[in-house]
Amino acid sequence: MNDVILTPAGEKPLGFTLGVLAAAGAVAGIFIGAANGSSLLGVIGGAIVMAGIAYVLVKLLGEGLEKLARLGLVALFAVVGLLLSGTPGLVVGGLFGWFFGWFAYWIGFGRYRTPLVPYLTSGQVLWHYTFRVICGAIFVFLITPILVVMPLSFNAESFFTFTPEMLSFDPAGYSLRHYRDFLTNPEWTRAVENSLLIAPVATVISVSLGTLAAIGLSQSHVPGKRAIMAILISPMIVPLIISATGMYFFYSKIGLVGTYWGVVLAHAVLGIPFVIITVTATLVGFDRSLTRAAANMGANPVTTFFRVQMPLILPGVISGGLFAFITSFDEVVVVLFIGSAELQTLPWQMFTGLREQISPTILAAATILVGISILLLTVVEMLRRRSERLRGMTPR
Amino acid sequence: MTQASAEGDASGPMLAADGTPLKKSLARALRLQKMRALMLIAPLLLFVLVTFIAPIADMLFRSVENEIVSETLPRTTAALADWDGQGLPPEGVYEDAFYDLYMAAERKEHTRLGTRLNYEMTGASSLMRKSGRGLDDIGEVYQDQFEDLDKNWDEAQPWAELMGDPEWLTDQAAWEKGDRMPKFTLRDGIADLLPKTAEQYEAFALYQQEEEAKSPLKEEPWSAVHTALYEDLKAGDLSGYTGPRAEMLIAADALVDSPDFETVSFADGFVEMDEDWAQPEIWKTIKLYAPDYTSGYFLNSVDMQLTPEGVEMRPENERIYILLFKRTIFMSLVITGSCILLAYPVAYILSNLPSRQANLLMILVLLPFWTSLLVRTSAWKVMLQQQGVINDVLVWLGLIADDSRLVMINNQFGTIVAMTHILLPFMILPMYSVMSTIPPTYVRAAKSLGATNWTTFWRVYFPQSIPGIGAGSILVFILSIGYYITPEIVGGTTGTFISNRIAYHISSSLNWGLAAALGAILLAVVLILYWAYDRIVGIDNVKLG
Repeated sequence: MNDVILTPAGEKPLGFTLGVLAAAGAVAGIFIGAANGSSLLGVIGGAIVMAGIAYVLVKLLGEGLEKLARLGLVALFAVVGLLLSGTPGLVVGGLFGWFFGWFAYWIGFGRYRTPLVPYLTSGQVLWHYTFRVICGAIFVFLITPILVVMPLSFNAESFFTFTPEMLSFDPAGYSLRHYRDFLTNPEWTRAVENSLLIAPVATVISVSLGTLAAIGLSQSHVPGKRAIMAILISPMIVPLIISATGMYFFYSKIGLVGTYWGVVLAHAVLGIPFVIITVTATLVGFDRSLTRAAANMGANPVTTFFRVQMPLILPGVISGGLFAFITSFDEVVVVLFIGSAELQTLPWQMFTGLREQISPTILAAATILVGISILLLTVVEMLRRRSERLRGMTPR
Repeated sequence: MTQASAEGDASGPMLAADGTPLKKSLARALRLQKMRALMLIAPLLLFVLVTFIAPIADMLFRSVENEIVSETLPRTTAALADWDGQGLPPEGVYEDAFYDLYMAAERKEHTRLGTRLNYEMTGASSLMRKSGRGLDDIGEVYQDQFEDLDKNWDEAQPWAELMGDPEWLTDQAAWEKGDRMPKFTLRDGIADLLPKTAEQYEAFALYQQEEEAKSPLKEEPWSAVHTALYEDLKAGDLSGYTGPRAEMLIAADALVDSPDFETVSFADGFVEMDEDWAQPEIWKTIKLYAPDYTSGYFLNSVDMQLTPEGVEMRPENERIYILLFKRTIFMSLVITGSCILLAYPVAYILSNLPSRQANLLMILVLLPFWTSLLVRTSAWKVMLQQQGVINDVLVWLGLIADDSRLVMINNQFGTIVAMTHILLPFMILPMYSVMSTIPPTYVRAAKSLGATNWTTFWRVYFPQSIPGIGAGSILVFILSIGYYITPEIVGGTTGTFISNRIAYHISSSLNWGLAAALGAILLAVVLILYWAYDRIVGIDNVKLG
């Protein structure tokens, strides 16, 4: 889309505005009507109410009183919601009011046309917004499950569901007891401790070996490069259950099953593909003449590596390390097979919890993990931009 | 380089600064470079080979390995090799089976063997357990009679003197707990005189020494040795014997030859233990699974079985693996399909929005990608269960009644929804990276030439986005076909994959061979797809975030 668009917005014919708003009201009315007895009544009522509101807003109040009119609408709907179904109704009603206030002006004054090029037909405009709504729904699908977990983790009851107290925003319905349990229950603290003992060591192994190999692979004239690459990436591709089965058989032969080092080695090898992929990607943009220049000026290979090459590929190495860390920190199948009761990690604890004695402590753990992932995501994203800037690419 | 060497040929070889021919010098530099690259790769390659490839190879080996039958029943399997498989095997096979099983029962290995054979013939497990308890009934017939004749036949010392090397006897007598035990050796000539007894006693003595760490001088032999003694005495005449304990042995020989000595044939004894020994099936099964390698596990994992008559399908009610494979592939296809449907609009809008907004929306894609798998799975459990968020909302809206909440979890629907959500980023990211390289001018050109919206999309945009769909689809399909955690938690019984069955065989049923065979088939499918992915996309083009 162009940035300079000169489509004028103007007031739409009244029939159009009222029709669209009535349709939207009817859709909203289905739900409200169904919740209160009759859908049909809700449809008709919703259509009439919304058409009326649209007429008042667009025709009688107009753009001059827009702010006031929209605030009034929010208040009106909130009160109606409160009367219909208590505190949750208040919030939902307020949101409805905000949306319809905005929607009435958006439709009524043709504002939806402004971001679009003027020559589009009505059908194209309709499709444009329908497509946006579809995409929005998919984004909601992507993010909702993660968001739903968070409030539930503050549940005062030991349920996996929203209690009536929570829905009415009663403070008594919320508590930090699951967080307290998570932080004090030895089962959970030991699991966290184990995870924190295993993941960093596994990460160090995969990052150090992986970075060296990625540097080797990025050179020209490597014999059998394709085959080597295929082997090194395979831990990511082979189903975890197969890796776990094989490791269980093989590691029990060499006495590694149930030991700390067995789990560390397994996790290290699972993290290697991520290190290889990210570091190789960074090395693609690496200017080889820099190492030659350093060598030319008398630096030995080790100095060249640590003073010239390493600082430039560091962002890739760190994000590879983060991937390796999260792989180990999040891994459960292999641990289930080759771990032991003393080596229970956080994911193991969550997995058995989910399968057997469901307690919302899992949700507290999940919320904390989501927080960690947000942190990691931010770091990786910043590193990616820094790396692109260092390599002279414009940040996208 | 050809040009350089051609020029060099005209006026002698071209020389590098140090005087060596340039061609040679260059080749050396290249070799050095290759070596250095390989040296950098070698540690990791070695690491991956040992910690990852070797375990996989071990698993593949286990899917055909079948040494347990021939290891537990060495004589029986050897004897059965000569059996034609018609009717019941001859008495000699029963005798070998008696000695083999006796040893196995002492070592507690007969139950493992029973479990193994039970995979191929139902009832083998209980048969073996029963026989392990019943074998003594045969041996005690002889043990009791010898004991009635002379108490010494049930004592450790006389037996040891009869069978053991004198030098070993003195060493063993001097042995104290904690020292290394002198290894049992047979007395010279006893193996010719009493071949079966010598063999059985030696097996007994070595078992006591090596596995129980007990002195054979203190332990009375088990009844298999008495049985072997009877067989030997029946076969040979020992009246001329003059070695240690001569009178004891000669008396026993006379007893065996007397008409009122009670005997029992091995075949009858076996049938006494369990009727099944009188059926040819168990013998056929043992003969069939005597080789060290078997295709039995692989046949089992495609609902077939190896029978004496050849390979055939399992009975209708025992076929589950073909169904599971079909279901795994079908559900993976559905998941891949729904990922394509959901990812395409998202990837399109991400690659067509201004970069600021696109980056913001990209976070919504990357956040699930970075969030722990278990968090997302537990989130879906919260969402989908009958008292869950979706049902609550639907009830609150009045779309469904409170008593008819939808069943969305512990079935295929739950698995498909949760896995689509989990794998969606793997589809969006490759699609996005392809779509953001499609020049928008093509679409504009098509439109300005009079194409309709649909034609523009279908004939111009869509074909250019196919590589992204291909890359994403293979990736998602590969990942979903081997998924374990999510189906295990939200799949119930109808929504589970082949992986769940593999895990079940590893940890619950302990049929490791079958688990390995199922894993090998799954691995083969994945590797074919991996190969295709490498061909089409190239593994070095995988993008993460």
